[in-house]
Amino acid sequence: MSYLEHRISVVPTGFRKILALHWPVLLLLSAIAGVGFLMLYSVAGGNAGQWATPQMQRFMVGMFGLFLVAMTPIHFWRNVSFMAYAVALVLLIVVEFFGVQGMGAQRWIDLGFMRLQPSEVMKIALVMLLAAYYDWLPLHRTSRPFWVLLPLFFILLPVLLVLRQPDLGTSLLLVMGGGAIMFLAGVHWAYFVTVIAAGAGMVYAIFESRGESWQLLKDYQYRRIDTFIDPSSDPLGAGYHISQAKIALGSGGWTGRGFMEGTQSRLNFLPEKHTDFIFTILAEEFGFVGTISLLALYLLLTIFCIFAATSMKDRFSSLVTLGISITFFLFFAVNMAMVMGLAPVVGVPLPLVSYGGSSMLILLLGFGVMQSAYVHRPRSKSGQ
Amino acid sequence: MRRSPNEIAVSSRRITRRAFLLGTAQLGIMGVLGYRMRQLQVEESEKFKLLADENRINERLIPPVRGLIFDRDGRPAAINTPNYRLTMTRDQAGDVETVLADLQKLIAIEDDQLEKTRTELKRRSPFVPVIVAQNLSWEEFSLVAANAPVLPGITTEVGFTRRYPLGKNLTHVVGYVGPVSDFDLSRIEDPDPLLQIPRYQIGKTGAEEKLELDLRGKAGIQRNEVNAAGRVMRHLDRTEPTAGSEIQLTIDTKLQNYVLARLGDISASCVVMDTTNGDLLAVASTPTFDANLFVGGISVKDYNGLRDNKFGPLRAKAVQGIYPPASTYKMITALAALEAGVITPTEQVECKGHIEVHFNKFNCWNRGGHGKMALQQALMKSCDVYFYELAQRLDNEDFANMARRFGIGVRHDVPLSAVQRGVAPDNAWKVESKGERWLLGDTINASIGQGFVLASPLQLAVMTARLGSGKIVNPRLVNTVDTIPQPSGVVGDLDVNPEHLALVQKAMFGVANRRAGTAYGTRTIWDKYKLAGKTGTAQVSRIRTAADRNNANRPYHLRDHALFVSYAPFDNPKYAVSVVVEHGGSGGAVAAPIARDISLFAQMGQVPPVGAYPKNVRKKVASEQSKIWQHLDDLDTIGTTDQA
Repeated sequence: MSYLEHRISVVPTGFRKILALHWPVLLLLSAIAGVGFLMLYSVAGGNAGQWATPQMQRFMVGMFGLFLVAMTPIHFWRNVSFMAYAVALVLLIVVEFFGVQGMGAQRWIDLGFMRLQPSEVMKIALVMLLAAYYDWLPLHRTSRPFWVLLPLFFILLPVLLVLRQPDLGTSLLLVMGGGAIMFLAGVHWAYFVTVIAAGAGMVYAIFESRGESWQLLKDYQYRRIDTFIDPSSDPLGAGYHISQAKIALGSGGWTGRGFMEGTQSRLNFLPEKHTDFIFTILAEEFGFVGTISLLALYLLLTIFCIFAATSMKDRFSSLVTLGISITFFLFFAVNMAMVMGLAPVVGVPLPLVSYGGSSMLILLLGFGVMQSAYVHRPRSKSGQ
Repeated sequence: MRRSPNEIAVSSRRITRRAFLLGTAQLGIMGVLGYRMRQLQVEESEKFKLLADENRINERLIPPVRGLIFDRDGRPAAINTPNYRLTMTRDQAGDVETVLADLQKLIAIEDDQLEKTRTELKRRSPFVPVIVAQNLSWEEFSLVAANAPVLPGITTEVGFTRRYPLGKNLTHVVGYVGPVSDFDLSRIEDPDPLLQIPRYQIGKTGAEEKLELDLRGKAGIQRNEVNAAGRVMRHLDRTEPTAGSEIQLTIDTKLQNYVLARLGDISASCVVMDTTNGDLLAVASTPTFDANLFVGGISVKDYNGLRDNKFGPLRAKAVQGIYPPASTYKMITALAALEAGVITPTEQVECKGHIEVHFNKFNCWNRGGHGKMALQQALMKSCDVYFYELAQRLDNEDFANMARRFGIGVRHDVPLSAVQRGVAPDNAWKVESKGERWLLGDTINASIGQGFVLASPLQLAVMTARLGSGKIVNPRLVNTVDTIPQPSGVVGDLDVNPEHLALVQKAMFGVANRRAGTAYGTRTIWDKYKLAGKTGTAQVSRIRTAADRNNANRPYHLRDHALFVSYAPFDNPKYAVSVVVEHGGSGGAVAAPIARDISLFAQMGQVPPVGAYPKNVRKKVASEQSKIWQHLDDLDTIGTTDQA
């Protein structure tokens, strides 16, 4: 059921929309971002100006954007979905030619006032496009081969571009996020079984191709896999990140060493401690209590999103809400798994906590779309 | 898109179902993450805390000051002299080359030292100090210290270098130190972490080597918190090092110095031992060399010179050299026979110049024969045939046991390098080492200290000390450790029939004081200082021709060793002396005069006046003494100039 068929008279208008926002989600987002500010302040050794203040400013900007997006009716966002996707795709192609080099990858477009990472934009754009696609597609076609291949094509096109940068982490996130929406939309089980089997075959091929002329991944990616499998094999080289991260995590114990007391971070043993590895600082300084609390915040956010999505009778709204929450979930799950040595180091930030502009902005805008869907959700007259 | 209400319901249900399915999966993944957090932070926390401390805490060892070594009069024999040096820390220096150039305007630095510094600076972390120059004079050192503000990264430091103020006198006793080698490390089980410090000095030979654990002391530890780059962020705590023990040796350097001078440049060795407590007063081997050459690395030229010298200056012959004791062993043979009851003091044996046993001819050194004589005469004249006769009555094990009771074939516990055990041969020894049965001929050869018997000068001195005192006297080199006196060397009675011992002692007195004695020519005329001794001439090669009998006709390495053992005063023994002159010739002519002079010096505490000698030798003694004077060091100044 789309908003058009519903009694839109009960949908709030004007400033009443603010009251109708999903406040628990907003509070959770702020709480998580707050943890981020705290940690960035600590990482900089008590210097707010280095990372914490810019991060707060971006959060403010992001929140403002979130409100603007949330105030805009959801049908507008559905209608511009394809546009958003197309723009993101163009940006990805542009970055291929004019991007800024950083850490061996071509990922940014320097806009002067900020560095834009098109792959981040694509994460939300892809979710929106797929949600709009399944909103448009008649239900009985959902599992038809052609109508399955089409979204697959939408997913793989940006994935290939991101892989070329190269950014394995974001590509995997795009594939998983996209796949999740297809699954939610009701695509037949058999497709997923097939793809998972094919994926397993692919992994096999990746390992087979190593050292051959048709090598599928870059050498540094293989090394990351190697060190993931056995970090101690190269404790001073690539395995250093994982080993030191685990030491920081483990040494936190139950309650941690205390705010700004983490030796691993203060003495620079931790790599990229203000970005991808910021979780280890939290773990070191606040211990198990701190990490499990952050995980609880993420868990609550996920649960609220699922319930919000199921309360929306409109396909686009439900799918886009779930898609954003899953993208968010994938971010933190992969990041945590990575720093805890459960997944290879692929360079995925901890959402809203890691220092980084475009990732936070895009995520907040994404939640803006989710809020828009929630505010403008069709309601039955009884006020459900 | 417009849908029918039915379709909407189907769509909504499907999404809800799959959303909860996916939600369950997400929950599961979060459960795994939470479980992993618990595992790392709660279960394995202790391990990671330890690893974190290992990361951040850097333990720097503070080397202890090495213990000093003194002689028995308190003269320093091994000391630590300040080594003024400069170190550079790259991190603080900024432009290394500019600083080095500025430094060279102040003091001269050798090119190879500069090269070494540059490579070290590149190799090490920028926070580690690297030595730029060492062994600076006080003037150079203070010049750099005064200019420190314009030399960023340069630090002045005072380290210690080992020095041996007594120079060549105690080289073979004290030994010397050198940097730890990989070979040293491989030999030591569970090495002290101090040894891992680059170029850490440990004892390489002599007492420095054997008393290493006492001398080394205990390292202190400075614990610092360092960051990932190795820069020290703050000092945590510090344990002060414990200096090594101070060792006082029993060596009397004045006597040792005289002994070395008296032995001269020939290849010889001498041990002087106090028979009343086992103190080793002199342990000398010639030629000797200055131990200071080895500290901080000896030059190739110097080393090759020492190595290729045919007199073997690198060997401490007094404990490492083993020689056939020859006739000095006859006291053992005599006592073994007396104690076994196979001969009486009065039984006479006739010497015809040789005997034949199983168709083998055994010669006496006197081919003309000594005629009929009893034990005392036989010892004084050193008649070989008499002892051949005893040998035929002796059991080889009893014989060897007697030698061991007198310290031959026993490794004495003396803290010197490569102390030799020597050989007191018997059947068991021969079966094990040669794979052959003991033969009567072996006992006959052993009876005059030839054949398989081997003893070091130290063992001969121990034997003589025991003969003179009738006590079990063990050699003792360490007098005090940190001023705590070490136990006396006398550990009990020899348990030899005193009458038998007195008989042998009387014969030894006769050797050096009776006209028939083989060392009558080296007697002392002052009764107070008279010695009892025994000559020995150890055959190195088989004598085949008449011309061979003249020692000087043979090539150096085939000439006889000259030996003499003695104790003095004869009636109240105090000083046991053993002298071995390698390839020196006859014991009576070569070794006995040396032993006599050393014995006199030991008793008088000075170069003996010519009045102590018989008239006919005074001229010769006086000319010898004039030569010795030049070799004597002025010990009152030798230590003080070096210490300054």
